[in-house]
Amino acid sequence: MRAERMGFVAWALVLLGAAVMLAPLVWTLLLSLKHNAELVGNSGAALHGPYTLENYAAIFGTSRTLRWLLNSAIVSLGTTGCVLVLCSLAGYGFARLDFPFRRSLFVLVLLGLAIPSQAVILPQHQLFATLHLHNSYPGLILPGLTTSFGVFFMTQYMRAIPLELDEAALLDGASRLRIFWSVILPLTVPAQSALAVFTFLGSWNDYWWPLISATHSDMYTLTVGLAAAQMNYAQTSGLGFLMAQAVFASIPIFIVYLIFQKQIIRAMAGAALK
Amino acid sequence: MSAPAQRRTEGLLFVAPFLFFYLLILIYPLLKGMWFSLNRIDLFGAGHFVGLGNYARLIGDPVFWQSIVNTIIVTLMIVPPLTAVALALALALNRATRGAAILRGIFFSSAVLSVTIVTLIWRFVLAPDAGLLGEVWKSAGWTPLPFLSDESLVLPALALTTIWWSVGFPMLLFLAGLQQIPQDMYEAAALDGASRWTTFTRITLPSLRRTTVLVIMLQTAAQLQLFGQSQLLTAGGPSGASRTAVLFLFESAFGRWELGYASAAAEVLFVMIVIVTLGQYAWTGRPGGDDAR
Repeated sequence: MRAERMGFVAWALVLLGAAVMLAPLVWTLLLSLKHNAELVGNSGAALHGPYTLENYAAIFGTSRTLRWLLNSAIVSLGTTGCVLVLCSLAGYGFARLDFPFRRSLFVLVLLGLAIPSQAVILPQHQLFATLHLHNSYPGLILPGLTTSFGVFFMTQYMRAIPLELDEAALLDGASRLRIFWSVILPLTVPAQSALAVFTFLGSWNDYWWPLISATHSDMYTLTVGLAAAQMNYAQTSGLGFLMAQAVFASIPIFIVYLIFQKQIIRAMAGAALK
Repeated sequence: MSAPAQRRTEGLLFVAPFLFFYLLILIYPLLKGMWFSLNRIDLFGAGHFVGLGNYARLIGDPVFWQSIVNTIIVTLMIVPPLTAVALALALALNRATRGAAILRGIFFSSAVLSVTIVTLIWRFVLAPDAGLLGEVWKSAGWTPLPFLSDESLVLPALALTTIWWSVGFPMLLFLAGLQQIPQDMYEAAALDGASRWTTFTRITLPSLRRTTVLVIMLQTAAQLQLFGQSQLLTAGGPSGASRTAVLFLFESAFGRWELGYASAAAEVLFVMIVIVTLGQYAWTGRPGGDDAR
């Protein structure tokens, strides 16, 4: 009986917590569906109709939001693709081949796990200025490729695959690259998809580097674009429009989340087990 | 090149592409940043060596100290409640029902948003004249609180925003930790007639020790770098009450273009984060420790 009651209280608290989690999201959605003028000085109007889609129509009509969406997609997909290639190659090398300084190099890579981005961002900014890479896609993508976690993750995964597979293929006269490509890589698809989702989310949501590197509004990613819109926002106009931008910008990431929920959870749990 | 020598170096070719970017874009800037911090550098990148001058200036800079104190306070406001809430949620939702799965999804949903969207949402939750909390306060007959413009309310407001944003990831870590506890430990406890409370304090909590330390350290390291919430919601105000260490370094570098000075601030923060990370290894990596694996 006492356990019953405890269970009930616990569930009530969890449901209350869920309401607290959802309320800001629902509030944002309601604001985005209101005529801008109706919200001036009275955001409480969001709680009742009439509702309208005009703010969403405005995104497709005049705003730069679509351009920022495209930039975010290019940068996130580019980063994800490059990370998968680089980390798989490096993971194969570290996990399955012997070469001079292998251990020291691996330790050097692991050190990166403890390097926060703010410790490198100023020299990175200067380096990219020297290379004329600011306000370009490579400029936005390259810093994302230095992921120690990705190499560590792929190395651990490839270590678990039996070495006999490589040896058998070597006896058949296959080259290392061929073994990597057609024997080992197909076995790492679960790790690849987990790392891909993890990288995509991180890149899509990154704010720190694009804020500094992309200074032309044409090259903003969604995060920087929405930050600029937020800072320029005057209390007198466009609350509904601003919120519509927020909702619109979250839709792609929620879709990715819903589709890849399992991989996200596996990647995060995997990150914890290191 | 002879065949065995070639085989010895083949591995290098596999790791070389990653190492190239890693050394050029991470390690080189890391070392360069240390060098920057010993120089006075102006807008055009020309600098001269000043030794520890930047660090001496930091020690005497009240704005820097305020940003460090703010960072530590906001980290302390976030990490303990975040850890407790995430643990409680994991315990409540660690079951294979559909309802629990949906609730897990809800509690994790905010974690996939970018800081820009989170602050955009919370600006209009916290704003006294146009916010959700303001509306709730008004309907209760109270005067809405100026969360973002009151010096004593602004850090709690940033902490609340951050907890809402970040609770999903630690919850998942705790769930993963719970999944790893061998079921037969609970069966043995049930055979011994152990109460739920005893089972919880003797089996569940000790088994989650590693996960708990990991969550605390990851969150501490993350919150010491709190930036977007402070920059976007309040620009560090009112009168510096919410300026964090990373915002200080951002303003020094890209507002006043004092790259050497900002680099010194970055090194101080870097050392703080390394200490936290090393603390984690010292705490959990102890060989022969009593923690469950």
